[in-house]
Amino acid sequence: MHKFILRRLAMLIPVLLGVSFIVFSIMDLTPGDPVEMYLGDNYTPEAHAEMTKELGLDKPFIVRYLNYIGNAVQGDFGISYSTKQPVLDEILARFPNTLVLAIAALIFAIVVGIILGTISAAKQNSIFDSTSTFTALIGVSMPNFWFGLMLIIIFAAGLGWFPSSEFSGVKSLVLPAIALGTNSLAIITRMTRSSLLETIRQDYVRTARAKGLKEYKVIIKHALRNAMIPIITISGLQFGFLISGAVVIETVFSWPGIGRLLVEAIQLKDTPIVLSLVLIKAAMFTVINLGTDIMYAFFDPRIRAQYKAKRV
Amino acid sequence: MNTTIIPSRNQKSEILPEKKKKSQLVSIWKRLRKNKLAVAGLVILTFIILSAAFANVLFDYNTVVIQQNAAERLQPPSAKHWLGTDELGRDILARIVHGARVSIPIAFTTILIATVVGGLIGAISGYGSKRVDNIIMRIMDIFLAIPGILLSIAIVAALGPSLRNLLIAISIANIPPFARIVRASVLSIRNEEFIEAARAIGANGVRIIFKHIIPNSMAPVIVQATLCIAGSILEIAALSFIGLGIQPPAPEWGAMLSGGRQYIRYAWWICAFPGIAIMLTILSLNLLGDGLRDALDPKLKN
Repeated sequence: MHKFILRRLAMLIPVLLGVSFIVFSIMDLTPGDPVEMYLGDNYTPEAHAEMTKELGLDKPFIVRYLNYIGNAVQGDFGISYSTKQPVLDEILARFPNTLVLAIAALIFAIVVGIILGTISAAKQNSIFDSTSTFTALIGVSMPNFWFGLMLIIIFAAGLGWFPSSEFSGVKSLVLPAIALGTNSLAIITRMTRSSLLETIRQDYVRTARAKGLKEYKVIIKHALRNAMIPIITISGLQFGFLISGAVVIETVFSWPGIGRLLVEAIQLKDTPIVLSLVLIKAAMFTVINLGTDIMYAFFDPRIRAQYKAKRV
Repeated sequence: MNTTIIPSRNQKSEILPEKKKKSQLVSIWKRLRKNKLAVAGLVILTFIILSAAFANVLFDYNTVVIQQNAAERLQPPSAKHWLGTDELGRDILARIVHGARVSIPIAFTTILIATVVGGLIGAISGYGSKRVDNIIMRIMDIFLAIPGILLSIAIVAALGPSLRNLLIAISIANIPPFARIVRASVLSIRNEEFIEAARAIGANGVRIIFKHIIPNSMAPVIVQATLCIAGSILEIAALSFIGLGIQPPAPEWGAMLSGGRQYIRYAWWICAFPGIAIMLTILSLNLLGDGLRDALDPKLKN
């Protein structure tokens, strides 16, 4: 088991290096002079030359890349063009907000998704089943930023139950979390339904029924527990998307997270922030996917046993 | 579709492979037709494509779609403007119909590029030596480690927003999944008996790839392409929404949402309808993709 985890962690390094190389190369294509972005409009040629040297821009591409990686490993992602603050500080100041939003969205998606999927599977082919299957279909087809706008129109502008863009307390978290979590909710619902439909036909479920257990106990204790592994896996993958892919939804709700920071930085052509954010988001996505893989091995006694058997 | 060697019992045998090809398409169509949801998806999609094709007959681009009209701004849906007007007095229905002319061709083009390039990479990887395969797939793993939307955003942010850069960004972001799928099916096919048979009767590598491997690995590619077009439409809308995609005044669904965002408190229709257009397009492609997956799966034949 440890060997498996260590091997997967070691594989992370080339992937992250590759990701950073791709992102660095893309950002290097950005037209415009970074020195000008730092110095503003008025500068002497000497100051320009000095700044070029200070930023290391006179060096060849590969040296600049290695420098960037060397500094990034030590937590130095450079200085923002627009605020002149260290990039890492800017990102760390915004990151907790994104984390809170992603966790809230994930909890919403998992809880509602498992409940809907379980009822769907337990009452297969009922009206409830077809309604929830169709709703899940709509859920995966909907752009989440549009759904966010609709939630604002109905619940913030219309009914006035929630604030639309203020950032204050739990109440302001509700609409963005629902908007962000709905795609994942639909995916988790579908996964729960299909996974549960498979376990429900197993012999041990029939045994549980035969010994006279109540139906809800059969479903929850015997069928659902055994159906959980694919649900956990897909939830983990969804978390990766929620935390790294949620760029637009934060803009819709003016949520001060790293997604909105990315959009703002793109508009200001603040390349150091854009580069670091894409890099950090991709790294988080990769690490979360890896964590999911490890968790998957950990939760499934069959896989666990395989690794134990191999070691002997 | 695979050319099983047919013993020549009579003269008719020569036309048999041709006949078989046709009947396979017919049987796929028959299976697809049984799936009500897939048919619904096909009908919606056909309707959207037809209205995009005849958009210029329905609404004139210069006088209705682009022309601003201050007297009619922010009109709610009415008999004259079925879906209302936007903040510059333009008819929303007209802009949505013309918006399909923007999103759908771009989405198809990006996925066509991704399918061809990704398919080629995947075929080389699957048919080539183990070393080539390893190198290519590790590079693809690196691309897959970046969420597609993030990769597209990074590319457009670096190159600057324009139609060409949008095409490049979304195509590149979609290449890795196709490379993976084609590689997997090539790997599963390359050791099949009919490939061995083809090799035994002296077919060369190119012929085997184009005549036997590609036709037989098409099914998962078609399904993936259908679903990826849906994803591509979503990405175009998302990028345009944050100002990195199609630029105003061109009617693009995501850009329309972004333009109407400030007015949602007084004019819900500006944001509601373009989003429904996106949703219907994606829904129809998802339904069709799911249906095709079932119809093309030989295991579910009966």
